[in-house]
Amino acid sequence: MLKYILPLLLFIVLAVFLALGLNLHPNEIPSPLINKPAPAFSAPKLQAPAEKLSPADLKGKVWLFNVWASWCASCRSEHPVLNQFAQAKAAIIVGLNYKDEPEAALGWLAQLGNPYDVSIMDQDGRIGIDWGVYGVPETFVVDKQGVIRYKHTGPVTPEDVQQTFLPLIAKLQAEN
Amino acid sequence: MKHLSIIFLLALSGIVGAGVEYREFANPEQQAAYENLTSELRCLVCQNQTIADSNAELAADLRRQVYEMLQQGKSKQDIAQFMTDRYGDFVLYNPPFKLKTGLLWIGPVVFLLIGLVAVFLFARRKKNAANIEISAEKQQKIRSLLEEGDQS
Repeated sequence: MLKYILPLLLFIVLAVFLALGLNLHPNEIPSPLINKPAPAFSAPKLQAPAEKLSPADLKGKVWLFNVWASWCASCRSEHPVLNQFAQAKAAIIVGLNYKDEPEAALGWLAQLGNPYDVSIMDQDGRIGIDWGVYGVPETFVVDKQGVIRYKHTGPVTPEDVQQTFLPLIAKLQAEN
Repeated sequence: MKHLSIIFLLALSGIVGAGVEYREFANPEQQAAYENLTSELRCLVCQNQTIADSNAELAADLRRQVYEMLQQGKSKQDIAQFMTDRYGDFVLYNPPFKLKTGLLWIGPVVFLLIGLVAVFLFARRKKNAANIEISAEKQQKIRSLLEEGDQS
């Protein structure tokens, strides 16, 4: 009897592991920055390079930090979702224009619409490294205390907005 | 014709050289630390390559980061910590032993043990099978069959 049950058990164990493996997302690396203070920066604004923005300027506000670039194909599919999201005015949206040419970035915003309250430039990718950015687009949610509470890797979909971002932002807005 | 091929080869060498980064180090130890670190850090875009192997832009940025930190006199531990603070243990090809990475480290040993136990059980069963007594009558039959086989 064991002779028949043992291979079956082995098969079931293998099948369970393979099924779990199919549903894993090895491209999504959990960020160690969750629940840590947002990494500091002081970066020139895309639309006004003489002015600078740093996370300290956003204290007391809930904000989204969206990493984007005009060369990034998935950002194009994400863009209408962000435009829609911006209309709800649930939170401030800060864009990190990552390793991009300012002219190309400005052209992109003129053509596709600008969902960002402000975009800052990171031409050499150093702010990206501090934030642990490895794949554009990425979106962080930062609370009123300047602590990162959530990170989304890859394009944000309308479902993500409804099911994850809006509830989380509502919760963070209620916090002090 | 000879000149043409030389010109062609020279032109080609320029293309090959374009992908190479030139780094100057203060001493051989620093260079060794750089080579060691870049071959122990994972490129997060192309996950099965180290940042030394990868041509991805992020890998180039991380190499620059490692180089600059070494120039600032940072130790290897400092740099590894800098990377794990931002990208997590996954960035290290040689992750530290913790609860989360325990299965990764112990897994192979566990599988080896399972294998050894299986081999042991299997071998013992074989040995038992070999000990089965064969009656004199049967042995006679075996012998005659073997002899028959030799003749043909």
